[in-house]
Amino acid sequence: MDMNEIKEIFFQECEEQLAELESGLLKLNDGDRDPETVNAVFRAVHSIKGGAGAFGLDDLVSFAHVFETTLDCVRSNRLEPNQDVLKVMLKSADVLADLTNAARDGGSVDEVRSRQLIKELEALANGELPQTAVAEPVAKQAPAATPVPAPAPAAAVNEEGFQPVAFSFDDFEASEPPAIEPTTFEVLFRPKSELYAKGNDATLLLRDLSRLGEMSIHCDMDELPALGSMNPEAAYFAWKISLKTDKGEDAIRSVFEFAEWDCELDVTLAGGDHAGAGDELPMQPVPFDLSLLDEEVPASTGAADDDEQLATQQRAVRDEAVSAAATASNVLQMAKAARTPAESTRSAASASAAQAAAQQAAASAATPTIRVDLDRVDRLINLVGELVINQAMLSQSVIENDTNGTSSINMGLEELQQLTREIQDSVMAIRAQPVKPVFQRMSRIVREIADMTGKSVRLVTEGENTEVDKTVIDKLAEPLTHMIRNAVDHGLETPEKRVAAGKNPEGTVRLTAKHRSGRIVIELADDGAGINREKVRQKAIDNDLIAADANLSDEEIDNLIFHAGFSTADKISDISGRGVGMDVVKRSIQALGGRINISSKPGQGSVFTMSLPLTLAVLDGMVVTVANQTLVVPLTAIVETLQPEASAIHSFGAAQRLISIRNSFCPLVDVGRILNFRAIQANPVEGVALLVESEGGGQRALMVDAIQGQRQVVIKSLEANYTHVPGIAAATILGDGRVALILDVDAIVGASRGHSLKPEMSLAAAG
Amino acid sequence: MTYAAKNLTTGGRELIAFRVGGQEYCVNIMAVREIRGWTPATAMPHAPNYMLGVINLRGAVLPIIDFSARLGMKPAEPTVRHVIIVAQVKSQVVGLLVDAVSDILTVSDADIQPTPDIASDFERSFARGVLAVEGRMICLVELDSVFPQEEREAA
Repeated sequence: MDMNEIKEIFFQECEEQLAELESGLLKLNDGDRDPETVNAVFRAVHSIKGGAGAFGLDDLVSFAHVFETTLDCVRSNRLEPNQDVLKVMLKSADVLADLTNAARDGGSVDEVRSRQLIKELEALANGELPQTAVAEPVAKQAPAATPVPAPAPAAAVNEEGFQPVAFSFDDFEASEPPAIEPTTFEVLFRPKSELYAKGNDATLLLRDLSRLGEMSIHCDMDELPALGSMNPEAAYFAWKISLKTDKGEDAIRSVFEFAEWDCELDVTLAGGDHAGAGDELPMQPVPFDLSLLDEEVPASTGAADDDEQLATQQRAVRDEAVSAAATASNVLQMAKAARTPAESTRSAASASAAQAAAQQAAASAATPTIRVDLDRVDRLINLVGELVINQAMLSQSVIENDTNGTSSINMGLEELQQLTREIQDSVMAIRAQPVKPVFQRMSRIVREIADMTGKSVRLVTEGENTEVDKTVIDKLAEPLTHMIRNAVDHGLETPEKRVAAGKNPEGTVRLTAKHRSGRIVIELADDGAGINREKVRQKAIDNDLIAADANLSDEEIDNLIFHAGFSTADKISDISGRGVGMDVVKRSIQALGGRINISSKPGQGSVFTMSLPLTLAVLDGMVVTVANQTLVVPLTAIVETLQPEASAIHSFGAAQRLISIRNSFCPLVDVGRILNFRAIQANPVEGVALLVESEGGGQRALMVDAIQGQRQVVIKSLEANYTHVPGIAAATILGDGRVALILDVDAIVGASRGHSLKPEMSLAAAG
Repeated sequence: MTYAAKNLTTGGRELIAFRVGGQEYCVNIMAVREIRGWTPATAMPHAPNYMLGVINLRGAVLPIIDFSARLGMKPAEPTVRHVIIVAQVKSQVVGLLVDAVSDILTVSDADIQPTPDIASDFERSFARGVLAVEGRMICLVELDSVFPQEEREAA
């Protein structure tokens, strides 16, 4: 391994560290004050500095050093990581990323910016900036933490680089047994099946519990499967109990004394910082109906033989259902109660957050990973693609030549088919990655644009662990960047305008990713002013896109912004108006096999929804014949297939035809006609109708001549050697080695709405 | 820089000559990836008449252009005797359907005569020049322009 390879590994690690750094800082920004997060951030900068030092990357080292010094102040509680401090730190993380990239690719860095940040960081470290105020609250809390019963272990931990959390134990002491005032406890009780197997009864335990004080109970039925898949011996219910008692935690635990190994039990203090906080809770515990329990529990405990035991279990399940029904009304109150303590007990919340973080860290540490060249994976995927085609060819020739169906060959083929599919899935999974890196990059863009425009913006991301093919992720970054820029620059109003409109001066941009029916849906929502339809319309008229008197729906007007050369910005700013418009965004999404939709509400913001395929390599398709051509229709688009009867076909006007399906009328689209494969419409009765649903809404019945079957096909790019063909999404290679075209259902449906497929091509070519 | 321009500077070069509708044409051998027999192509919707469709070339989708129809002559009726010249045009690989491949010629730049005045703009757009070989006239074809402009846009 030569120096360059080692360096390459260093830079790859840097990327991970930078991601870690950014996500850590964002967590801190969201109010997470877990020392482990601070440590992780510190470690990230520290290891970048260390590696950079080894390679003599002086710029990087010196910046990382200053950054590290400031972070150390945070780590040792000398500097409170408030919003202002974190703003500087996030910017510093950006510069650190720039410096790393510059060190790798030889680019240049905005030196003025980095010098400015060095100054700001140093100022923070010296406690010079007014807003830092040398961490007063921490200083105040520290002495409170010292008289804690066990200061020695805390100090020991400190030496290892951990920071003690200022945490007052007074709360607990006050609520311990001698307390006379009643305290509210949250009890989570989740019986395991063993509990019932040993003849215990959850209802009896709950009844005992109810004797301790005022109790409200909520049955958690999330685990309850459908009736068909229910295992009669399993335990599915859990109870969340809110108990107001003056007996203390020990009394609660003693109720479950005999069952503690056979259930999950979690007893936490629900009240505020002091005893008696329960009184202030907005929750009104609903008295637990004891009569219900007594009625339902005949003395059946102590069942000896198996039958009797089973009966007990069944009864227990029934009892669970009864108590669930009895407490359904409590759910709302419980939800309220759960929220209030979470807000009032900060320390408890952060403690549980730390626990969750630790669990997460443990989980990620548990799965070792390797780094692989993308080229190697691509080669593997190509080979598997060929394997799938070959396997299909083999199956086809066996079917053609096999007269009696030799079972051993057929069985072998079937197994081969299954294996191929499994290999394919596994190989595809290698390429699948969470969208997190792209989303993280967006937070930087939001920060930069917000700074430039003087707007205050918060980026909220959801579902960033949603996995999708690497190529999709790579190609997503560009259109997403552009849309985020747009959302902040055009979408969100200035803080003054927002206040005037009665909104929070801080705008929110929400980026969400989720899986939906075999595709990934990415949503970008802002809470800005929404699309100014009047302006868009006027602009479109000015640009001769629409006639002055055109009657357009709101949706159609919104979609005008996807036209080439369309910008609603009054003046060309530094951020947008660089000649790259939403038309480019739309085209790059389309090139990915995706679709984009807008929905906008005036005054409330806009939502851009992108639906993308999970992978660019394979899809499940229905192979059909149209005008002697073999086509593949993506299975995800098809709702149902039907054989039209003459009575169901209705003519509408000169050329339109509708098919009635269960008393609703659906337009018929002759695929052969729309693709120009034949001059006149085929007789619908002789063909098969595929009922499809497009992303833009609306059903269409696509007429094809015949269905050949269902098959998984390997997607081959048409664009690589040819060009984009309207109405065609891609190509594939069939078992006989011939090329078949994959239909772009949405384009076909769009075309059937009156826009011909042809003009769109000329538009694309012109743009 | 096109493949043709690249070779102009180096002097001598090899060309592959082929026959289309009784005429002879040639292309730079450096652009040719392989020569293969005709296989039925899958028709493309909305394609110009010279675009025969696409075939499978070891897993890649290869568009086939009927050279005769492209030059505005009678469209070919492909048979098993026809051949496809698989050529690299910029980043794309395309197939050119011709009647037959006839020769490999080694020529120097001096052998290439400018395209005669008589040709119309349409023909001139394909031709880099003409060659006189043993009393025959062979037209040197510019592959870049055989594949029409807007279709390369998307690549």
